[in-house]
Parts: sequence; C-alpha cells; structure tokens
Amino acid sequence: MAAPLAELAQQQTAKLVLLGEMGSGKSSLVLRYVKGQFFDYQASTVGAAFLTKTLPELNVKFEIWDTAGQERYHSLAPMYYRGAAAAIIVYDITSPDSFTRAKSWVRELQRQGNPNMIMALAGNKADLEGQRAVTVEEAQAYAAENGLFYVETSAKTSANVNELFEEIARKLPKPEAAPRPPQGGIVLSENQQQQPKKSTCC
Amino acid sequence: MNEEYDVIVLGTGLKECIISGLLSVDKKKVLHVDRNNYYGGESASLNLIQLFERFRAGAAPPPSLGPSRDYNVDMVPKFMLANGKLVRVLLHTDVVKYLEFKAVDGSYVLQKGKIHKVPANDSEALRSPLMGLFEKRRARNFFLYVQDYDESDPKTHKGLDLNRMTMAELYKHYDLTEDTQDFIGHALALHRDDAYLTQSAMPTVLRIKLYHESLFRYEGLNSPYLYPRYGLGELPQAFARLSAVYGGTYMLNQPAVEVLYENGVAVGIKNGADVARAKLVVGDPSYFPDKVRVVGKVVRAIAIMNHPIPNTDNAHSVQIILPQKQTGRKSDMYVFCCSYAHNVAAKDKWLAFVSTTMETANPEAELSAGMALLGPVEEKYIEVRDICEPLDDGTKDQAFISKGYDATTHFETTVDDVLDMYRRITGRDLDLTAKEPVTVEA
Ligand SMILES: Nc1nc2c(ncn2[C@@H]2O[C@H](COP(=O)(O)OP(=O)(O)OP(=O)(O)O)[C@@H](O)[C@H]2O)c(=O)[nH]1
Ligand SMILES: [Mg+2]
Repeated sequence: MAAPLAELAQQQTAKLVLLGEMGSGKSSLVLRYVKGQFFDYQASTVGAAFLTKTLPELNVKFEIWDTAGQERYHSLAPMYYRGAAAAIIVYDITSPDSFTRAKSWVRELQRQGNPNMIMALAGNKADLEGQRAVTVEEAQAYAAENGLFYVETSAKTSANVNELFEEIARKLPKPEAAPRPPQGGIVLSENQQQQPKKSTCC
Repeated sequence: MNEEYDVIVLGTGLKECIISGLLSVDKKKVLHVDRNNYYGGESASLNLIQLFERFRAGAAPPPSLGPSRDYNVDMVPKFMLANGKLVRVLLHTDVVKYLEFKAVDGSYVLQKGKIHKVPANDSEALRSPLMGLFEKRRARNFFLYVQDYDESDPKTHKGLDLNRMTMAELYKHYDLTEDTQDFIGHALALHRDDAYLTQSAMPTVLRIKLYHESLFRYEGLNSPYLYPRYGLGELPQAFARLSAVYGGTYMLNQPAVEVLYENGVAVGIKNGADVARAKLVVGDPSYFPDKVRVVGKVVRAIAIMNHPIPNTDNAHSVQIILPQKQTGRKSDMYVFCCSYAHNVAAKDKWLAFVSTTMETANPEAELSAGMALLGPVEEKYIEVRDICEPLDDGTKDQAFISKGYDATTHFETTVDDVLDMYRRITGRDLDLTAKEPVTVEA
C-alpha cells in the first residue's frame, strides 16, 4: 500500500557515502547491512553501487553510495560525496596503510565536504583480531581529535554493523533543521509528463 | 593499466563520459583517462582556486569572494531543455538519480535595447510588451498551428507543406512582423543566426514545439530550462559513475597520456613507460591535435557579481538572448546567470557568462552589448576558445573524436554528436526508449 502523504513528507532521505582503501570492506559492510549477506570473495562492485534502506522507526531513508571502484587510481569524483549527509570512512584493522588512507579521506572531507556532514570511522574486519595492526587506542584518539564517531565492525560476523548505520541515522539533524531543504528541486521522471498544455504564449 | 581494453576514452568531458557510460553498460571493458586532476575536461565546472589557476596564474582569490569550494564555474555554460535529448539520456541510463535539478527562473530576450521576459504562460503573454495587441492575435494563430501540428496527421497541416515551404514563407502566411519573427526564431526556436529563414520550415516548427513541450514538462516551470545543483560539471561525473558502476576504470591526473598509433591506426595509449591497448580510442579533440581542424571561435566572459542581473525581477537564474539583428551582429549573443541558489557560487554571489561566436579581432569589444546588461561586476575573465571538429569519422583509423562544444545555449547538438559517435563506434543506434535498470532497491 502506498504510504500516506504526511508520512512521506516527514521521511528524511539522507545520502550516505562510503570511503576508504580498496579492499577495506566498504561493499561488504553495505551488503551486510542492506541484505544481511557476506561473501568471502566479494567481487568488485559492479551494477549495484547505489542501494537504499529505510529505517521506519527513525523515519530515515538512506541512499547508500559505494565507490564503484573509482578509488583504485584515486580518481573518485567530488560529486560522490557532494551533498552527503553522512560518510563512513572504512579501514581494515589489519592494514596500517588503510588507516593512513582513511585519515587522508577525513582531511579531504574536512576541506571539501559539506561542513555539517556526519563522519563515522569504521575499523572493519574486527574478527581478524590475530592480525590486528591498528590499535583501538590509536584509532579512538584520532577519532576524538577529529570529532568522528568511531566503531570497530565486522562485515563477516555482522558485529556492530547495524549499530554503525543506526547511530548515524540518530545523529542526522532533524528534518526541520536539515541544512539543505531541496527547495524548488525537480524530480525528473518519465511518467511525470503532463499533457502538453494549450497555450498561446509561445 | 597495462592491460587490454575494448575501448580507451581520453578526456572526461560530458560527451566522453556519456560514451563511456553507455559502452560500459553494453559490457565493454573501458579505460577512461584524463590529463587533468579533475573531471569534466572542456565542460568542467571549476572552483575558485582552479579558476584563478586558469585565468590569474599566480594570484590568490580575494577573500571577499568567499570559500573556493562554494564555486562551480561552468567552462561551457548551457541550460538543459526540460524535454530535450539530454534529459532523455539521463532517464534512459538512470543517471538522473545521481543528480538534483532546479528550474531556471526565466528566459529573456533583447528587443530595441531593452530586455523582456519570454512569456511562460498566457497571462504573461497578455501583459508582455514584446508585441502589440493586433500582433499578439496574429502570433496566437501561429502558435496554435505549431502546437497542433502533427507530422503524421495531415489534418493538422492545414494545407501547408512544411518540408517544402521556407520559414520566411510560413511567417508571411501568418503575417508576422520582423520583430516577432526575430523573437520566435531566436528566443523560441533558438537559432543562432538568420540562415533558417530561407530553409524549410519543418525543423524550426519542431524546435518551437520542443520549447513549448519543455515549458510544460514539469509543474511550475517559468522557463523551459533546468540546471543541476553544483553546476554542469556534475553531469560528466554522473556518467563517469555509471561507467565505473559497470566496471569502467578511471585514471585522472595523467598529464603525459597520448594516443598510440600503429600504421596510422589508433591501437591504444602511451603514458610514460606504460602502454595500454584497445580496439578503439575515443576522445575530445585536444588528444588528437593532428586529426582535427578549427571551425570557429567562441569568445566568453565570466563575471562574479554580488547582485542579480538588473531588470530580471531579481532572478537567481536566467538566460538572456541578444538576437543578432538587435546588436548589429551576424550571430546571437547569450547571457547566462546562476547564483548560490544553484550552489555554483558563495552565499549572495551570482555568476554571469556572456558568450558569442567571434566575428572580429577584438573579442572583448564584441561582448559589450551583453556585458552592459550585467551592472557592476566584482571579477571578470575573458577567454577565446577554438571549436574543433574531427577530420574523419574514425572508421579508418579507429580514432573516434568528439566535436568541440558549440555556441548553442542548450545540449541538443551535444547529444546529437554523442549519438552519432555511438553509432559510428557500435554500428547501431542507441534506443532511447529502452531503459536499463540500474537501481537496486532493498
Ligand atoms: N574477515 C573479514 N573479511 C572481510 C570483512 N569485510 C570484508 N572482508 C573481505 O575483504 C575483501 C574486500 O572487501 P570489499 O567489501 O570488496 O572491500 P571494498 O572496500 O568494497 O573494496 P573496493 O570496492 O575494491 O574498494 C573481500 O574478500 C571481503 O570478503 C570482514 O569484516 N572480515
Ligand atoms: Mg567495493
């Protein structure tokens, strides 16, 4: 059944982007969260780099953007994180390089991103404790310094995955206070075509 | 990158990005490379720092202009017709979901030294000083004819053969004055000069229909135009994303990249010591200097202002058309204006662009009629650009080259060129009615 109009009007659509080194587990986190799946050999993200998930309790609809592999040669388009309400910066706790890359993403977002963007730092692959190379203390200190919400996750065991996304949803500014009401925005669609009106003006 | 690809695309301008998006969806293995460290090539939107690097090398933007990142200054200013071909391509590919559009507030036209709003509804038309009362009645009959005209329904032709009669004859049939003809031909049919008068009436009638359909395509439009938030540079990025989603590989910031030829045939690219091979190479003219020729020059001024253009009802976005006759020139001049409302400038700033096809050796003076409409400006940059076209169609040398962006105000010819390239590359037409599903809804 179609949602009543009032409900739709209150629902907040929030663009959420994932950033981080290749192989840190961005796609796996999204797949775990949206579909409850995990693959040991997650293929490169083809054909589905844009997923949506609605959280009815919080009245939020996430539009989740995945990097679509443009990260490989550091050629991610700025439009990717433009207008994003939230960003999850992912690193792999077994890879110090991925932590360095995460920090450079935080700097980039601080410089170029939306100033009200909610940023979360996710130390992923927490199930691989034996191979840990980035300590909780180090990441926590960095997150605190930069005002990031920090959590360790595992897309494999699903530990903290729902918590990560739900905490972001809770931190989103309420719709009234939202920084960008899409005033005068136009939704392009095929079926919105009106009957061409009769007019003699042109 | 030392791999074998189906297609290598050079330059991330809008045309190249649409091509690489379409080919990736067609399951071609695409490598897309740009010499710059930003997307968009010739059709990029620059922030203030990039703008100053280009026009004021060595100088830093004054703090009065606000933060650099708030700016997205189009290098090829255009608006999208709401029912035009670009909108159809955006819907066909579902790229539309990566973008946000807002209406353009108004379209204006210069007549006898003053600018007037092109009416967007009947009541505006009634009040408009563009035509006298009797002329309005005659024009009304003409517009009703055009709107009813349906190529496949001879009843609507009313005995006129638009393929055989010229546009001048059709105007005469409806007894329209020269000012009205000027208004229709340039502000509605969007012709750049008067050559259309002696050509068949059909294409002009179709253009007027397109204008009208665009005006009524979405609720609440006051002009037939749309413009994306954050500037036109979002368009190539959105198509590049489509390509990447389908496995396309992107490499920016490769200043040394060049086409690799063997026996005169493009076989890939060279990038320093690296070589990547492909069945064919696609790109903008700047990557193929020996295979293109200059067909025209466009002169363009970019201005940053702290006010809207005077006499536009404080519009945040407008187009003003200066028909050639009104300025004593051979081609029309165009003014575009957008503000922070479309997220292309810092708070309380407006961007204005004045452009025309260059006709003399003194380009800046050529723009004076358009510049005079702007009022005081804080910053002004002038640029002359060559418009290049490929010498060949690519079938012999596997080098498929786009045309430079022409002086038109919209994207119809841009998409025509893309569709033509697509046909030359794949041997078939793009079916814009078939929609590819891209979204995954969970
Ligand atoms: N053990 C373990 N492996 C994981 C976890 N998350 C992801 N992986 C594995 O790490 C590899 C890379 O994961 P992806 O999700 O493809 O990483 P990505 O960040 O999307 O990578 P790119 O799309 O290439 O940038 C895959 O083999 C996953 O199975 C996790 O939490 N634990
Ligand atoms: Mg991925």
